[in-house]
Amino acid sequence: MDLHFGDSKPTDDERAAVDALLGPPESSWEGADRSDADLRWARGGREARERRDLLLPGLHAINDRVGWISEGALDHLCRRLTVPPAEAYGVATFYAMFSVKPRPATVLHVCTDLACAAAGASGLCARIEARLGPGSGASVERSPCLGLCERAPAALAIKAGEPVRTAVSAPATVEAAVLAASAPDSAPEEPPAAMAVPQAGQDGLVLLRRVGVADPESLDDYRAHGGYTALRRAFALGPAGVIREVTDSGLVGRGGAAFPTGRKWQATASQPDHPHYLVCNADESEPGTFKDRVLMEGDPYALVEAMTIAGYATGAHQGYLYLRGEYPRALRRLEHAITQARARGFLGDDVLGQGYAFDIEIRRGAGAYICGEETALFNSIEGHRGEPRSKPPFPVEKGLFGKPTVENNVETLVNVLPILTMGAQAYAAIGTGRSTGPKLFCVSGSVDRPGIYELPFGATLGELLDMAGVRDRLRGVLLGGAAGGFVRPDERDIPLTFEGTREAGTTLGSGVVMAFDDTVPLPRLLLRIAEFFRDESCGQCVPCRVGTVRQEEALHRIVERTGAAAADDIALLREVGRAMRDASICGLGQTAWNAVESAIDRLGAYE
Amino acid sequence: MTVTPLGIPRRLLEFTIDGEPVRAPEGSTVLDACRAAGKDVPTLCEGDTLRPKNACRVCVVEVEGSRTLVPACSRRAEPGMEVRTDSERARHSRKIVLELLASSVDLSTTPQVAEWIKAYEAKPDRFGPDAARLDEEPKVDNALYVRDYDKCILCYKCVDACGDQWQNTFAISVSGRGFDARIAVEHDAPLTDSACVYCGNCVEVCPTGALSFRSEFDMRAAGTWDESAQTETTTVCAYCGVGCSLTLHVQDNEIVKVTSPHDNPVTHGNLCIKGRFGYQHVQNRD
Amino acid sequence: MRKRDRTPKTYTRLTHPLLRDSRNEPFRQASWEEALDRAARGLERNRGAFGMFSCARATNEMNYVAQKFARVVMGTNNVDSCNRTCHAPSVAGLSAAFGSGGGTSSYEEIEHTDVIVMWGSNARFAHPIFFQHVLRGIRNGARMYAVDPRRTSTAEWAESWLGLNVGTDIPMAHAIGREIIHAGLANEAFIERATTGFEEYKALVEPWTLSLAEKVTGVPARAIRELAHAYARAERAQLCWTLGITEHHNGTDNVRALINLSLLTGQVGRYGAGLQPLRGQNNVQGGGDMGAIPNRLPGFQDILDPDSRLKFESAWDTVIQPHYGLNLTEMFEAMEEGSLRAVYCIGENPAQSEADSEQAVRRMKQLDFLVVQDIFLTRTAELADVILPATAGWAETDGTTTNSERRVQRVRRAVTPPGEAREDIDIICELAARLGHDWKYADAETVWNELRSVSPDHYGMTYERLEEHQGIQWPCPSTDELEPTYLHGRLWEKDPAGRGMPAPFGIVQHDPPVDLTDEEYPIRLTTGRRLDSYNTGVQSGGYASPLRRGEYIELCPEDAERYGVVVGEEVQVSSRRGSVVAPVWVDTALRPGLAFMTMHFPDEVDTNQLTIEANCPIAGTAEFKASAIRIEKLPVATIVR
Repeated sequence: MDLHFGDSKPTDDERAAVDALLGPPESSWEGADRSDADLRWARGGREARERRDLLLPGLHAINDRVGWISEGALDHLCRRLTVPPAEAYGVATFYAMFSVKPRPATVLHVCTDLACAAAGASGLCARIEARLGPGSGASVERSPCLGLCERAPAALAIKAGEPVRTAVSAPATVEAAVLAASAPDSAPEEPPAAMAVPQAGQDGLVLLRRVGVADPESLDDYRAHGGYTALRRAFALGPAGVIREVTDSGLVGRGGAAFPTGRKWQATASQPDHPHYLVCNADESEPGTFKDRVLMEGDPYALVEAMTIAGYATGAHQGYLYLRGEYPRALRRLEHAITQARARGFLGDDVLGQGYAFDIEIRRGAGAYICGEETALFNSIEGHRGEPRSKPPFPVEKGLFGKPTVENNVETLVNVLPILTMGAQAYAAIGTGRSTGPKLFCVSGSVDRPGIYELPFGATLGELLDMAGVRDRLRGVLLGGAAGGFVRPDERDIPLTFEGTREAGTTLGSGVVMAFDDTVPLPRLLLRIAEFFRDESCGQCVPCRVGTVRQEEALHRIVERTGAAAADDIALLREVGRAMRDASICGLGQTAWNAVESAIDRLGAYE
Repeated sequence: MTVTPLGIPRRLLEFTIDGEPVRAPEGSTVLDACRAAGKDVPTLCEGDTLRPKNACRVCVVEVEGSRTLVPACSRRAEPGMEVRTDSERARHSRKIVLELLASSVDLSTTPQVAEWIKAYEAKPDRFGPDAARLDEEPKVDNALYVRDYDKCILCYKCVDACGDQWQNTFAISVSGRGFDARIAVEHDAPLTDSACVYCGNCVEVCPTGALSFRSEFDMRAAGTWDESAQTETTTVCAYCGVGCSLTLHVQDNEIVKVTSPHDNPVTHGNLCIKGRFGYQHVQNRD
Repeated sequence: MRKRDRTPKTYTRLTHPLLRDSRNEPFRQASWEEALDRAARGLERNRGAFGMFSCARATNEMNYVAQKFARVVMGTNNVDSCNRTCHAPSVAGLSAAFGSGGGTSSYEEIEHTDVIVMWGSNARFAHPIFFQHVLRGIRNGARMYAVDPRRTSTAEWAESWLGLNVGTDIPMAHAIGREIIHAGLANEAFIERATTGFEEYKALVEPWTLSLAEKVTGVPARAIRELAHAYARAERAQLCWTLGITEHHNGTDNVRALINLSLLTGQVGRYGAGLQPLRGQNNVQGGGDMGAIPNRLPGFQDILDPDSRLKFESAWDTVIQPHYGLNLTEMFEAMEEGSLRAVYCIGENPAQSEADSEQAVRRMKQLDFLVVQDIFLTRTAELADVILPATAGWAETDGTTTNSERRVQRVRRAVTPPGEAREDIDIICELAARLGHDWKYADAETVWNELRSVSPDHYGMTYERLEEHQGIQWPCPSTDELEPTYLHGRLWEKDPAGRGMPAPFGIVQHDPPVDLTDEEYPIRLTTGRRLDSYNTGVQSGGYASPLRRGEYIELCPEDAERYGVVVGEEVQVSSRRGSVVAPVWVDTALRPGLAFMTMHFPDEVDTNQLTIEANCPIAGTAEFKASAIRIEKLPVATIVR
């Protein structure tokens, strides 16, 4: 491609960061010194253009090394990958974790989202900002949910360098957050993942049984606790047998859409077009959701094994694990687990000597909620802006790189292990007839014991809240996260099943259960939700791009109003909300108004 | 031997639009079928030379069994489909989309939009005087065309025309996100520092006048632009031997704009800098 | 990008006839009557020593009338146009192989082919909208190969770019041919059925091993081998070339060498498989088709064919000279000898477009009479005795032009011409009337219908049909049907009778550029086009392009360093013929010993003072692509200025 580059040159650091990822450039046309051979013969074309998917890893490499992406660095990366600089700029500016303007090497992301806001994050953030002023070497950025809701308020420090360093401070104090930002290496170690699981070690757990029990960094310990028996069983069943088991188990997707997993696998497996891809959606960004993080940090090999089984069943030989950019510890654990699995023949050309080739590549997100939408995620992996595609065609037909793709959430995949070890029938006996198996719930907010809870489908909301020690003066409970809905404190009997919540006019979503007492003004929370969607809208379609702004404006106007004074704006919200639900391209815009609407209708937020 | 390519014979699909049975060749979009049936479905981001982007959502229709409304421009017709183009639900979404756009973007040079706003009883003012607008100033950084992003509805057509669908120059992209998303060259630089080759194929497809030829921009500013006084004559470019069809827009015996027929087998509506802008020599008359 | 201060020359339209009574006087405005009378007298007295420069930029109708003027009014076949300076070798080469001078494929076909070879063609700059069809092909999965001394924008899209030495196209082509034969990839069935001379060709290319080709062309043997295999193995392949092939002293041989490859592999005469020379002017194809060339009558009918002559003689009520006329190059030589005394030059600017322009100007000054018909007072017009102001073909007249894919399309009058400017056809007819031929053409369509009646290839193209189909490709013998988009499908006919004349392999030898590089002139200068400018810049100078930076001598970074020059620094550029001062530009697409210039800004830097008038003996095209030059730093005082 005849690309145009400006005069800016990369620094040695930037060049080294890119070349460390991609290897040294092969010719002067890619950025090496000019040689006689280059001036007589140049390769390019299809091969050169087919590396676009390394754009996002390349941007990470630069951002990790220097903390921002300069013109020279972007040009160098584009030259290496044959990507037009304008497009790369469009991609770089899409993600919240990247900056195309100079900034300090350290960025402290302070979560100001729902659970943290309820825990006083905005005051905390202001005090941290006062301490980390200009010249401190760190900049403070207000962040959407960091997935650390059980330890709210939370902060994440990322210090660029070789290697990049991270530190989590949660629950954060001013002192702890400042320490994490200024000296991430000396910040105290995060508590183990098991601390987020109040039930850890208890008998009867299925999905969480190894969290806090088996060493997450030891493949042998994983195997000693039953690891890789499911994969053995999968090979014994064959791909069709695995799909049959998963179908019969009644497993449905745990990411929020509740689509039957077996059907999705069958549809992908039967596509004549090849190759097939497996994508694990670990871009857990729904405010209030942190179960996938806990699974990945606490039992990483389970995900590796489950992905291998899914790949085997659907005829994929390459799996992508799209991991949220704000999950540094999950990244380390999974990188380690994949390396170990590869070294021991659990991944690679000949998995378990069965003649089946499968490997997993981790791709990091970079701060975009929308990339949790399956087709936006494909675009993100492919090196494009993370904008959703219109469906149909559906991913099972044309997904990643335009090929048949099965995409599953972390929790969904991990459920495959017990399905295969205990058998579909036994698995389906857990839960209710239409919601089978165990379910993870992310409980946070006004409770004494926040964390991840595993309950069979069918437990009531009240039972779960009691386990977590719900506090008094409950004002409402948000189910399903920002895209979910509020229920009243007196709706404790809602069964936590897909059908039960649907009948109650709400949603289970990703399993968020966030309790709010009356110390947090509800209109403020609703405004925060609207801000979240305004910030996270990709901007592709008009109803969502402008609708989220108009909704936020209306909620801002009525933040102190009630009754007749709010009525006009509520009517406006309803009209705009209806068009967003009906006419937005993807689930983000379609559900952005749900929580606010439920707070108005169910909780009487402005009465 | 007649070799007008006929292609593979296409099946005809039967379905209904507003209760009336229609037939459309397999592969047609709902919009194709609606137009063939004489239904007036408004469109903004749809372009006759581009793949549907379905970003504006003004063409949404109701399809029986679909949870959400369906963009007519990109959804393929299916047998047995029941399409309703003018249901209350579809009209509501179109009205809101028009209100959202008109309240944030300068639509003063977007053809037809004023009629639609009236037809759908849209009231863009209802969001109040403080409603956020794009608030962009025209970017006048070269002699050939102007980018006035205050008029940009972010339809992606310019990006697609500049990108892999036609020009493959990739001078522009969408940058940023959400309401802050803008069409920009890398590092938001002036066009003159970009990969732009000034083919004007982005201007050709812009539906709102956000991109305009400098001649048109200046004449509009001077109040002399008068489309009713213009003639359009299609001829062939005077430069290289490719033979591109040019449509000369002439006002007061001056060429004020050059376009190309979108269904032309040579150009498909695209030109290069010489064809698009290299006309001035004939009117250097003194 | 740094820009230097330039005050580029812009041309304003001619609005009145101009003439002068002697060459020493300035021009004065004249009435049409006076100017036409004067012009008629000047031509009249030089009957028998007349040449017509017709215009590859004007309509088919104008070219038809112009060649008719030469043949009927002036009784000569001395009519030619600037196609001589660009694609005449393509026409000569294709005619020799296939009996017809047009490109064999259509733009659309390149979107549906498997391998595309762009040889000596920077279509991305010179033919941007054609290149969009190439890009469609690439997006549809075609692999493109670029053969060009420079790594141009076009080459940057290639799977593989082969940066050969200037003027080594034949070694490259022969080595590809030899490799195809040795790898068993030659299409034996096609060769057997549809070609002649294969054994001779095989012997011809046998010495051109990959390693010899590597030595001569500078391109690694592996790269040549890969291209050979890709081209031969493709189910469909397109071979496109431009002036990198034709503007050599052996341009026609170059074209033949490329055509050989298509014959060897059967990559011609099928949908998606063919040869496409890309034409440089809006109507260079049509000018030739209309007979504005010295060896063909309208419809590409050979003057030496008595039947053709007879047809035209009865249609025109005249006698046609039964021999070829002089081509443009030969006409210039005849000026030197004094056997060509008067020229009627319509819309051409040979004073700036000819290689060794100084020589061209000198020769034109020797003419007894020069009448120039143009829309601008060009450098050529400045040499004239009478200047007749014309209309701009594409915007001020009706008619047709023919593009590179043989598509005849309508041009239409959109604006009123300035002042007293008149349409070319009117002017020619006025002169014809003064010279005893009263032609009546009500409008361009009348001319076109006359052409249709004498040219079977155009017979089916009524104005009405041209409008309906947005242009029609020739051949179009029927008013009811359209022919295939590609030519020479006949070569694939099973029935030998339907196959017609087999295509002969061209037995052509390598002959390096005439202007050798040596110690004194160590740099190879090649020329080409930029995206936003055109030919001598008379048209393109009229608009303000943000891309334009004027003329430069472009060097590779290594040479710039070797000569100690920087971007923007003016240097002396000298060849064995002349010397110019030009600022330096550094381009990484070049390599040591290779420099690049354009001819777009002759009023700033007259590049054609450097080029060599070494002509292709068959087609007469000059070797614009290969001169030997040296560059020298200017004394410090000159730089400051």
